Amino acid sequence: MSFSTADPYGARDHARAMAGTHVLTMPTLPASEAADRPGGVPSEAMVWEEVIAGGGYAAKRIGRGARLRLTDLEGDACVSMLLFNAEQPTERLNVADTLKVQWNAYLGTGQLLLSDMGRVMMSIVEDEAGSHDALCGASNERGNDAKYGSGANYGEAPNARDRFKIAVAKFGLGAKDIHPCINWFKGVRVGPDGETELGRAPAPASRSLTLRAEMDLIVVFANCPHVLDARSDYTVTPVRVTAWRGEVTPTDDPVRNATPEGQRAFLNTEDYFCR
Amino acid sequence: MTQTLATMPESTVQDAFVPARAPWTCTISKGQKLRIVDLEGNQAVDFLVYSAADDAERYSAQDTIAAQGNIFLREGSVLLSNEGHPMMTITGSAVAYHDTIGGACSCESNTLRYGHHTKAQHSCVDNFLDGNARYGRGKRDMVSNVNWFMNVPVEADGALGIVDGISAPGLWVELRAEMDVVVVVSNCPQINNPCNGFNPTPVQMIVTE
Repeated sequence: MSFSTADPYGARDHARAMAGTHVLTMPTLPASEAADRPGGVPSEAMVWEEVIAGGGYAAKRIGRGARLRLTDLEGDACVSMLLFNAEQPTERLNVADTLKVQWNAYLGTGQLLLSDMGRVMMSIVEDEAGSHDALCGASNERGNDAKYGSGANYGEAPNARDRFKIAVAKFGLGAKDIHPCINWFKGVRVGPDGETELGRAPAPASRSLTLRAEMDLIVVFANCPHVLDARSDYTVTPVRVTAWRGEVTPTDDPVRNATPEGQRAFLNTEDYFCR
Repeated sequence: MTQTLATMPESTVQDAFVPARAPWTCTISKGQKLRIVDLEGNQAVDFLVYSAADDAERYSAQDTIAAQGNIFLREGSVLLSNEGHPMMTITGSAVAYHDTIGGACSCESNTLRYGHHTKAQHSCVDNFLDGNARYGRGKRDMVSNVNWFMNVPVEADGALGIVDGISAPGLWVELRAEMDVVVVVSNCPQINNPCNGFNPTPVQMIVTE
């Protein structure tokens, strides 16, 4: 169908004719109509479904108790994540504390994501991937310029750091709020001499990871090639984000009680909500 | 190679004694060198770097690790900013390697690591906040830092921890500024793990032209 867009009436008709267009990389609204609603979760509990393109970003505020599932649809996503306490965003994910407090460099099922205030922000309740990275951080424009010719936000090979800058700006946050991140679905292991080794890609399609929010959060995602990805072409595939409301973690929760450090992190978060 | 502190070069622009548990800040111009001396041995020195021109650009442990493909900082390592620019280069080190994954101790993380009885103890984050406050910086400006003279191995199964140090009295590390920078240091006050040999001690900071 062709439209004249020479006047506002034609331009309006042209714009309105786009309604109903469906692409892979878009949000589902309302979230209650999510295509990937988990079994046992009522439609009214859904709060977010969005497929983030390779090179794309997305962010949303979710509530305490919410579950958030990431699905690496085609096996080559690299989902860099920032976390902020939605209520006071100066509190944020602390990657160094997350590793140090839990005595381990690798993230997986049962581990916690800790803030810089000694509180648990999220728990990893299910992890099919088992290959993530908390050491190497986000790509930046300088690095993507060198690898892909251009790393600019407006170009074909945007970098994770600049994606973060745009995403956090929409919550009133800026470059100083961009903290060390976690990269989901791209595994980095440390060799005997300290060397960093990126796992092979692509991985099998449809691996998923489910996180539980332990406080009200702003979650920020950028889906750009891993900074250690040696492939010369900009290779990253879409990721689906699915989130739904859930119960606040009870005191007898096995993840809450798995380690003494974790128990105290939950105690600190529970203390934060004592008001 | 083990070297102790030599006589002071004539081009010294600052020679600071940093007491045990204290913060220290310094502006260092491009091309100047900073030597950090572990006077009594096994004293962790927590270290942040900001671009003097724009402090939104600051040291990034993750960028540094990714670019060199290694978690340890050694002679030759380049400390990169969050925008991928060289901030400082390690021009020499009498200690084999230093840490940049362990972060800084805080009152809050101490409650997780050791128990709530440690909450009132001194910590590096408090020192960083104190040191940064005089430049108008605050909590948003905290990022993963360098820990000079601190030993954090990662085992094959991912197990990591702060273990007994590999430094000794008089050992040092030397850095060259690759841009005008502000360095913010916490002479680590931690007493609950071996990063300071359970006994925080002074360090010396020497800036030369």
